[in-house]
Amino acid sequence: MFHALVAVKQVPDTTNIRIDPDTGNLVREGVPAIMNPYDAHALAEAVRWKRQLGGKVTVVSMGPPSFISTLREAVELGADRGVLLTDRKFAGADTLATSYVLAETIKAIHEQDPIHLVFFGKQAIDGDTAQVGPGVAVRMGLPIVTYAVKIREVNLEEGRAVIERKTERWTEVVETSLPVLLTCEKEIAEIPFAPLPDLIRSLRYDPEMWTLEGPCPFALDQIGVKGSPTIVYKMGTPPLPQPGEKINARETGVEEAVKFALDKAAKAGIVQVILGGAR
Amino acid sequence: MTTRRFWVFIEQEEGKVHPVSWELLGVARMLASQVAAEAAAAGDVVAVEGVLLGDNVAHIAQEALYYGADRVYLFDDPVFAYYRNCPYYQTLATVSRKYSPEVFLIGATTLGRDLAGAVATSLHTGLTADCTGLEMGEVKGSVQRLLLATRPAFGGNIMATILCRSERPQMSSVRPRVFPMPERNPNAQGEIVREEVEATEESAMACVLEFIHSKGESVNIEYADVIVSGGRGLGTPDGLKLLQELADELGGVVGASRPLIDSGWISYAHQVGQSGRTVRPKLYIAAGISGALQHKVGMQNSDFIIAINSDPKAPIFDVADVGIVGDLYQVIPELLKQIRALKEATA
Repeated sequence: MFHALVAVKQVPDTTNIRIDPDTGNLVREGVPAIMNPYDAHALAEAVRWKRQLGGKVTVVSMGPPSFISTLREAVELGADRGVLLTDRKFAGADTLATSYVLAETIKAIHEQDPIHLVFFGKQAIDGDTAQVGPGVAVRMGLPIVTYAVKIREVNLEEGRAVIERKTERWTEVVETSLPVLLTCEKEIAEIPFAPLPDLIRSLRYDPEMWTLEGPCPFALDQIGVKGSPTIVYKMGTPPLPQPGEKINARETGVEEAVKFALDKAAKAGIVQVILGGAR
Repeated sequence: MTTRRFWVFIEQEEGKVHPVSWELLGVARMLASQVAAEAAAAGDVVAVEGVLLGDNVAHIAQEALYYGADRVYLFDDPVFAYYRNCPYYQTLATVSRKYSPEVFLIGATTLGRDLAGAVATSLHTGLTADCTGLEMGEVKGSVQRLLLATRPAFGGNIMATILCRSERPQMSSVRPRVFPMPERNPNAQGEIVREEVEATEESAMACVLEFIHSKGESVNIEYADVIVSGGRGLGTPDGLKLLQELADELGGVVGASRPLIDSGWISYAHQVGQSGRTVRPKLYIAAGISGALQHKVGMQNSDFIIAINSDPKAPIFDVADVGIVGDLYQVIPELLKQIRALKEATA
C-alpha cells in the first residue's frame, strides 16, 4: 500500500521575530506560527498521490508541544497520521542533529509500514538552510531529488518514480528508485481546500508524541546541542552603510533631480556603463 | 609538518565553470593568508586547493590554477558527465577523508546546495549556509584560528556568526556575487592531481532522462552589469514595462523585490534579496522599493545604487549612492530621456 511521509516544520509567521540575546536562539513564544509554506505544498502533493493510489500519508515534525497545531493542520490537509518528536533534549539542534533525529524516526516508521516517498519542503523560511533534507537522505541511504516541481510517475510495482526538478540552468526529468526523498518547490502542488471530514477529524486529532523514552531509540551524543557541531558564536546587527546623497524631485523638479543623479553616477565612473547599453 | 588545506568545490556543468568557484578561490586565498603567520610559527604549510568533478574538464582544472589554486584534485570520468547527488557527495566525502581539509567552501547555487548538506552529513561536520562574511579568527580555547562564518538570520535583521569547534572540515556555502572575482593570473603555477574515480553508474541511484531548457525565461540576474528593480511602489504590473524599457536602454535586466514575486507579477528568477538572488552589478536602480533588510542584503554590494521612492524616509535611501525622492512614473521617463540625450551627444 502506498505510503508517503512528509516532514513538516512550524515556523514563525512574518518577519516580526525576536531573538533571545543570551542564547541567540529564536524566541517562539508570542509569535504567530504557521506550517512552513514549502512543507505545506509538499504535503498537498503527498495527499494528491494518496487520493490517486490509495494508501496513507504520515507527517513527522520535531519541536515543542505547541507544534501540535501544525500536525492538526496537516491532518486537515489530508494526513492520516502525525508524529511529534518532542523532548527538551532535542532542543538546540543544528541541521546535522536535526537530520539525525528525523532519519532515525523515519527509519522506525519505515520498518512498521514501508515508505515509498519522503517529502520535505525545499527549505524552511526561518533558517533558509536547505540542509536537513539532503542530510536525512544521506543518513537513510536514499536517492534525493531537490527542487522538485512535479512528480510525473510513481510506479510501486517497479519501485521507481519520475520526477521533474528545476535548477538554475534547466529542468531535469529524473528517474529514481523507490523509496526516494524529495525536497519540494511550491509549484509541486496547489494547497486544496480541506474536505469536511478531514477538517472535523483534525479538530480532535492528537498526534503521537515520541520522546527519548520511546518508541524510537536515539543516541544521546547525536541529538540536541551535544549532537550539533556548529554553535552560534555571536550575534550582531548588520553594519550601517554610509548613506549617499538625496534629492527631492518635488522641490527641484524631476529634470533637475535626474540630472543630479546622472552627474553623481558620472563622477563615480558609471557613465560608461550607462552609455554602453543597447540602443 | 602538516598542510592546512583550504578547499573550494569547483562547480561546472557541461564543461562550463560556475564563476562562484573563482570567487571562492579568492576567499580561500584570503582565509589562508589569515593563518599564514600562525602556520609558519608552527612549521605548517598552507595551501588553497580545488576539487573538480566532471567529464573531460582538465581545462577547468588548469583555469583554477590561474584563479589562485595551488593544487586541484581532478575526478575526470563519464559518471560525472552531469551532476547527480550520490556520486558527487560520496566522492567529495571520500577525498575529504583522504586529505583532511581544514575548510571546505561550496557555492550556494542549486547544485551546491543540493551537494553541501549531503557532504557535511556524510562527514559528520558543521555546515553554515549562505555566508556573507568569512574570516579565520582567534577563538578562546582554540590553539588554531577557526573559521568564523557570518550569515544573515531572521530576514537579515541579525547577523549570526557560526563556528564549528572540533569537527572538520569547517564547511560553508556562499552565494554567487557575495565576494569579488579575483584576478586571473595566466602565469600562475600549480599542480593538477588526477584522482582515481570509484563512483559507478550503478551507485548513482538516479539518472536524468531529459534536460528541458526553458524558453525565454533565462535571466541571469546574478552576473548582470545593470539591474533595474521594482517593488511594491510600482502599484501595477504594467509598471514593469517601464522598468524593462529602462533596462533595455542600459543593456541590463529587470529585478524585483519579494512582494512582486509573491503577487505573481514576475518570476522568482528576477527576485533580488535574501530569499532570492544576491547581486553586485555596476549599476543598480531601485524603483518603488522601500528597502526591507531582506532586500538590502541582496544588493548592497552593487557598485553604484540609484534609489527612486516617493517616501523620503524609505530605508532604501540608506544604501543608495544617490536617492531621488519622487514619483517613479515621472522620474524614470525623465531618466530615459536624459540617458538617450547623453548617448546622442556622445555618438
